[in-house]
Amino acid sequence: MDQTAFIINTLLPALWGGLVVTLGLIAFTAPFGVLIGAGVAVGRVYGSRPVQYLARAYVTFFKGTPLLLLLFILYFGLPSIGISLSPFVASVLGFIFCNSAYDSEYIRGSIRSIKEGQFTAGLALGMARTQVIRYVILPQALRRSIPGLVNEFVYLIKYSSLAYMVTVVELTGAGKMIATRYFTYNETFLVVGLVYLFLVTITTIGAHLLERRVAIPG
Amino acid sequence: MDLAALLIDWLPFLATGVLLTLGLVIAALGVGFIIGLPAAIGQVYGSRQVRAVINIYVWFFRGLPLLVLLFLFYFGIFPLLGLGGVSPFLVGAFVLGLHGGAYQAEIFRGALLSIGEGQMTAARSLGMSRTQAIRHVILPQALLIALPGWSNEYPTVLTDTSVCYAIGVTELLTRASVIVSTEYIAMPIYLVCAGIYLVLNYVGIKGLHMLEKRVSVPGFESGSD
Repeated sequence: MDQTAFIINTLLPALWGGLVVTLGLIAFTAPFGVLIGAGVAVGRVYGSRPVQYLARAYVTFFKGTPLLLLLFILYFGLPSIGISLSPFVASVLGFIFCNSAYDSEYIRGSIRSIKEGQFTAGLALGMARTQVIRYVILPQALRRSIPGLVNEFVYLIKYSSLAYMVTVVELTGAGKMIATRYFTYNETFLVVGLVYLFLVTITTIGAHLLERRVAIPG
Repeated sequence: MDLAALLIDWLPFLATGVLLTLGLVIAALGVGFIIGLPAAIGQVYGSRQVRAVINIYVWFFRGLPLLVLLFLFYFGIFPLLGLGGVSPFLVGAFVLGLHGGAYQAEIFRGALLSIGEGQMTAARSLGMSRTQAIRHVILPQALLIALPGWSNEYPTVLTDTSVCYAIGVTELLTRASVIVSTEYIAMPIYLVCAGIYLVLNYVGIKGLHMLEKRVSVPGFESGSD
């Protein structure tokens, strides 16, 4: 079959390179997203007034601005004030801002769900505020926010495709180039879509395993 | 200042972009509602086959990036169906609607499931048909419960509309980019554009909260304020 041959010989090898870039974007973004998200969430709950205010502004700005605009600012805007980023770095930065803003909302919710008595108890045992947050509150709060964080991770897989708009040839970009050259939009984007569906589905399955793994009996 | 004069020059151009963006939002939320609500009803009350078809729809449209969906429909499916001449705006609205419909189906499904099963049984025992029970007993309650979740779709859809840039819809972000490449000033224009999105976001959310308060039935709050 002509079409099968096209998919196996031309499309899949081209998409493979794109997939590697997509996975790279995700791998560089996700850890920093959670880390900064946790920081912003802690700042919003336990910070001083100005810190709380800043953390809120951070979340409002990055949740309210379209990610694509954010990428344009980082890639096309920053050079005008003397900062030039490679497309890949600009994309990862944009994704981290967006991802961490959403992550922080989930983590903040689960920090609030931990009873205040635990904080008091920690202080009464002679721990410093930071110690209580680090050793008592966060380990519980992060566990509780896993479903939300996984949700955001799934979104990250999908919006990583926007990197193509600032010239990163990731999965969608690789597909677009093949589709344009061979005029095979339907086949190409269906296959590209299936790859994303595959990534999203294994993430969901992996998340269930992770949740069971870190669950604390009782 | 220079920038102010420049912005005033471009104001009508940007304002049209805002209108197109809002048009996309309204069309997407509307199409999403028209698809999402029946899909949710089918998922909860439909036969096995109906449920399977709807599950595939939801899985597909929630699993694919919006950008890939836009490319697929704009360059692939529409021309294949002989609709290659359809404007990018209509394709964008349609795809945003299909995409949003999958998410809205999940919201409505949750609300439908939160209505106690006893109500369906009670309605049936009063001699109502299943359709009547859904229409007159279940839906009025479920829609109220779904409203806060549904309102959360607004900011998501608003930011999603910017992706239509990729298929050449001349919405807000596209127009901002045109100004940037014409005037050779990037940062201030992009920041103004971000400001407009933030205002649209804020105003829309405020409006939806007012609607929530307006339609709320005393003693029947869904838990969110």
